[in-house]
Amino acid sequence: MNAFQQSIEAAIPALRRYARALTRDAETADDLVQDTLVRALRSEHLFHGGAVRSWLYTILTNLNRNRLRSMARRPIVTQLQDDDAADAAGPEAGGRDIERALALLVEEQRTALLLVVLEGLTYREIAEVQGVPIGTVMSRLARARMQIKAYLDGERPALRRVK
Amino acid sequence: MIDNNSPMTEDELHAYVDGELPAERREAVETWLAKHPDDAALIGIWRAHADAVRARYGNIVNEPVPARLALERITRSRRSWVAIAAAATIAAFVIGGAAGWLARGASAAAPSEMEMFANEAIGAHRLYIGEVRHPIEVKAEENHLLPWLSRRVGTTLRAPDLAAFDLRLLGGRLLPGVVGPAALFMYESGNGERVTIYVSKTNEARTSFRYKIDGKFGALRWSEGGYGWVVSGPDDKPRLKGIASALYEQLDPRTPPVPAPGRSTENQLMSRRGS
Repeated sequence: MNAFQQSIEAAIPALRRYARALTRDAETADDLVQDTLVRALRSEHLFHGGAVRSWLYTILTNLNRNRLRSMARRPIVTQLQDDDAADAAGPEAGGRDIERALALLVEEQRTALLLVVLEGLTYREIAEVQGVPIGTVMSRLARARMQIKAYLDGERPALRRVK
Repeated sequence: MIDNNSPMTEDELHAYVDGELPAERREAVETWLAKHPDDAALIGIWRAHADAVRARYGNIVNEPVPARLALERITRSRRSWVAIAAAATIAAFVIGGAAGWLARGASAAAPSEMEMFANEAIGAHRLYIGEVRHPIEVKAEENHLLPWLSRRVGTTLRAPDLAAFDLRLLGGRLLPGVVGPAALFMYESGNGERVTIYVSKTNEARTSFRYKIDGKFGALRWSEGGYGWVVSGPDDKPRLKGIASALYEQLDPRTPPVPAPGRSTENQLMSRRGS
């Protein structure tokens, strides 16, 4: 295994985390990671130095965007996998709340927010992943945070009452 | 001296939470927050949301990686075609290397085919983006755009969806290329910035992304599967690289064609690799 492949391998757990948060489905997330790895290995000749990690996030983000677009064409209602429904009623109900709040964001905002808070990328790295100026990244983050706050401010009390 | 009482912008509050501020601005923000409990509360909320995201998904990195994601396994399943691709790459490298060696004396005088490609593409970019009324020959809305250019360029072209980059396809035109006819597609952003995609047949084997700056323009080029591509726009390497990466991903034959909103499906401009 060469250094390039070692850097890819080291990134797999983080890619799975990012993909899971993006897709909210374990199976879909690992499909996305698998496709990302296949592309990364295949397009090694396109990789021109820099951080392998950011490059992998770029591939995964693009693949996910394509996935959402092709899904939008097929009017299939996908059920969210509810393998952790238990915590919906437990003390970790906040986990479900944040998941729903993230699900309501537009893709670019969700991507920007997850890359900064979950994956710890810098604004500059996110700008490269998304192919936009840093200012655009910042406005996506600001809108994402505003929307999450609005959603949780509105929803939380209602959910608490149900319990 | 920085005035600690000047109003803090929201951007700075976000940058503060995300650890993007230099030390002296951090102090300024902290001083500001001590006097502005509303902003301090907002920051507390943002941090709580980030904590919730990490609490929800953070633990996934500790899960064992499923066998199907093991790199050896992915490498092994690709071996058959990798061997073929590797042989082709080595052949290209040897031939390219020999040609490069022979051309040593005349390297400046004999640019590679893809360098000529990039020059043609930037030339076309510069010439046509300035056109207000006639930047393109055929509009994106006209159904014959892609069948026509596909026929002339010699491959099925599909339209990359660059909406994520705030770019909308205006249309395209046919140009004389380095080894055959070339298609030039023009995209425009909300603020009028124009980006072009140039595609034509090439004799060069697959090459990696190469960036070239020409005045205020930048061009990113690569070749794959007998076709060369050049993405030209304002000199902004990360942005052009992002666009090129998205285009490259959409080029993959396994990626389902992406319909541009409000346009017919045959109105797509990408060459499917291997077709």
